Amino acid sequence: MKLIFEKSVPGRRAVQAGPGDVPTVNMQSSLLRERAAEIPELSELDVVRHFTELSHRNFGVDSNFYPLGSCTMKYNPKVAEHVASYPGFAQLHPLLPQLRMGGMLTQGALRVLYEADLLLREITGMAGFTMQPLAGAHGELTGMMIMAAYHEDKGNKKTTVLIPDSAHGTNPASAAIAGYSVVSIPSSKGGVMDVDAVKQHLNDEVAGLMLTCPNTLGLFNPHVKEICDLIHSVDGLAYYDGANLNAIVGKARPGDFGFDIVHVNLHKTFATPHGGGGPGAAPVGVKEELVPYLPVSVVAKRSDGTYTLEYDRPKSIGYIAPFYGNFSVVLKAYVYILMLGKEGLARVADNAVLNANYVKEKLKGPYKVPFDKLCKHEFVLSISDQMARNGIRAMDIAKALIDRGFHPPTVYFPTVVHEAMMIEPTETESKETLDGFIDAMIEIAEQAGSDPDKLRTAPTTAPVCRPNETVAAKNLDIACL
Amino acid sequence: MPFISNTSEQQAQMLAELGLTKEDLFADIPEELLCEDFKLPAGLSEQRVRDSLAELAEKNSTHLTCFLGGGFYDHFIPAAVNAIVSRSEFYTAYTPYQPELSQGILQAIYEYQSVICRLTEMEVANASLYDGGTALYEAMMMARRITGRNKIIIDDSVNPIYRVMIHSYTRNLKIEFEESQCRDGLVDRQQILDRLDDKTSAVILQNPNFFGCIDDFSDIAAAAHDKGALLIVSCYPISLGILKTPGAMGADIVTGEGQSLGLPLSFGGPYLGLMAAKKQYVRKMPGRIAGETTDASGRRAYVLTLQAREQHIRRDKATSNICSNEALCALTALVYLSLLGKEGLRETSQVCADKASYAYKRLTAMPGVQPHFRGKWFFNEFVLDLPCEAADVIGKLIERGFAAGFPLSRYYSGMENSILICVTEKRTKHEIGMLAEALESVL
Repeated sequence: MKLIFEKSVPGRRAVQAGPGDVPTVNMQSSLLRERAAEIPELSELDVVRHFTELSHRNFGVDSNFYPLGSCTMKYNPKVAEHVASYPGFAQLHPLLPQLRMGGMLTQGALRVLYEADLLLREITGMAGFTMQPLAGAHGELTGMMIMAAYHEDKGNKKTTVLIPDSAHGTNPASAAIAGYSVVSIPSSKGGVMDVDAVKQHLNDEVAGLMLTCPNTLGLFNPHVKEICDLIHSVDGLAYYDGANLNAIVGKARPGDFGFDIVHVNLHKTFATPHGGGGPGAAPVGVKEELVPYLPVSVVAKRSDGTYTLEYDRPKSIGYIAPFYGNFSVVLKAYVYILMLGKEGLARVADNAVLNANYVKEKLKGPYKVPFDKLCKHEFVLSISDQMARNGIRAMDIAKALIDRGFHPPTVYFPTVVHEAMMIEPTETESKETLDGFIDAMIEIAEQAGSDPDKLRTAPTTAPVCRPNETVAAKNLDIACL
Repeated sequence: MPFISNTSEQQAQMLAELGLTKEDLFADIPEELLCEDFKLPAGLSEQRVRDSLAELAEKNSTHLTCFLGGGFYDHFIPAAVNAIVSRSEFYTAYTPYQPELSQGILQAIYEYQSVICRLTEMEVANASLYDGGTALYEAMMMARRITGRNKIIIDDSVNPIYRVMIHSYTRNLKIEFEESQCRDGLVDRQQILDRLDDKTSAVILQNPNFFGCIDDFSDIAAAAHDKGALLIVSCYPISLGILKTPGAMGADIVTGEGQSLGLPLSFGGPYLGLMAAKKQYVRKMPGRIAGETTDASGRRAYVLTLQAREQHIRRDKATSNICSNEALCALTALVYLSLLGKEGLRETSQVCADKASYAYKRLTAMPGVQPHFRGKWFFNEFVLDLPCEAADVIGKLIERGFAAGFPLSRYYSGMENSILICVTEKRTKHEIGMLAEALESVL
């Protein structure tokens, strides 16, 4: 399909700018650009058609099943989008609260932030939240900055953070950016971090631990509390990566496991759409002792029931976002939590776990399941049998799924499993959809034996087939100039 | 059961097939770690939630006529923008890990990168960062990787919110910061030259600066390059419809807040971090990048490229920890710019400057109201000195229906009487006249 620049027709216009009802100012020419920027020239219809065509070459949760492991691609309720579009929220200027008595101009928005904070505290078992982190990795960095501020305040000389080898890449990257060196802890034979491995790496230089629980294999670590206690024994802090909170929401709380800091991916567990790569939002919650380190500002409730922003927080790590986070994402998650309530949230975990175990059991014969035990919200297959017999790889299976109308699971992650395929159905999917996916997977496994070459040429129904990534990196073309 | 498809019967059937009970599903969690009593409210119907949220929305003052900017702008957003970005194939997708199912967003990112390069006159751009502030922080970190140096010069005319963000992020990194003070609204060349040395990694400037004044940093770029340092410029993309570009000035890395490109103010986010650079630095750039390639049959195709820089490959050695970015906001910016087009962008930019200039003349004609910087060119914001405390005047004008501007005393000492006023293309001559009358009545 053509690029938008290739559709440009000189002189064609779509939107006209607002009324130019005042005289034109002629600025000093040395301050002006020499040529107008080459933005495409199109009619409104041209633009709408171009992007509609692009949308037909894209796949979302609304298109069909999207079992992308660790990304929690559940249905995104339309009511949340509707509420976020209310002019009282969408058109609200973030600097208003900084004007005199300006907080009173934004009471509705401040209340949303305040109540979302209270709900997340209860859901996670923490004492206070910041809504500011703008995505999961940003939440991790915020958490690591809080960890650093705590140790600095106590005069602790800490240099390392323990992270399991099955962790998302953002964990070690965030710890490193905050100034820590990373110690990678190998997974045990059972697929989780074991207590002995933690003991082996534990010393006074350990600032803390970053753990996803259940982990990226979908396994809950039964020793999680003991591990947190060990970290505390050297005055370290335990950080909970909430990427997989969907598995336990409404059932158990990271705060009760002993974690000191958590981030919650609203775009996963709390159903806000991921937008093809963002925006996300990842509020960070902490235990009482760490509340003073939360970023400024913090929403507080006055005794008269009104809300205000507190800026005077001497121990705070400072400003990590320009304002109050991705407000409209927080708003959408708030709407979702209000609609589900206590019972609804527990049903999320019930059905996320049920759906994952159902798919795992049905795929256990045709595929190898390296950790064949009760899983939580997701599980990992290995395509190693198909690889050994017919040279079929996880990517081949993924591409074959595309021809059968499904978005493929996450592949080649976690790296601790050979030819990994990580499947997360989520709670919103029906049995019929799961059965359809299971049938497709079984049929593909059969085809891997009977006609492996056909799998290697999949997909045939998508607009493109296996774009060459090596060529893309070698002959770098990243802008049409 | 909101948003659960399976009926209780189906759930029971699935459990039976697994030979499990509902309780068994959580048998791997030690009993003492299960929470029996969440103190959470009962769920509400869609109607109840909409009603109560509509009530909260009403408690926010969005009816004020907005002359408030400070880096975050009330621009007109064509209806077609939302119609396009609300297509669920875009907004309910994840990061494009499977290119065959993501050609739509991948091509859009490629087009977005192209349009950002064209706007800034830079050679490469990434797929987006979180916002203008984190983008500026990432640019600074990128300059450190490129130069291997540790000293940063930042001018105090850079958005103060971004400056405090950068200081917060780098508290543990032992970076040597030197802050230059702008003089009469523009960067003081001598201060920059005095500070530039062979330890300097980058000079960070903003155009138009926080006070709205516009400048040409070509001389500073040359001076920085002489010392082996980089120039980082934070920009306001709408202004680039008419203003000299950072690329033309010789900037090495350009960042900016992309909110003005079709994104609603939404009380602070989601926004859009712009980043563009010279091509030679592309491998040091953070964030995702879409690239063009061909598929197995030779068809044009798009993929995420240069992933070897990123956290999922390099882990603790990555150029940045960023994973989720602001893809939908980048798409919004691309759609917005496409709807404006070449002439529409120039026109919008010019109309902003025209209306600000008109407002400046109208307001400075009033007794007691003085321009803070005399004879300086500005884009669509300017600073006025009032005969009394600006914060107080702004408070009184709120009662008259105006968000009249920003009190600079919040970030700058000695500017108690100074107000930063912003005029976008949305404001009319009539509204500017009303503001003047209201101001006159409260002074």
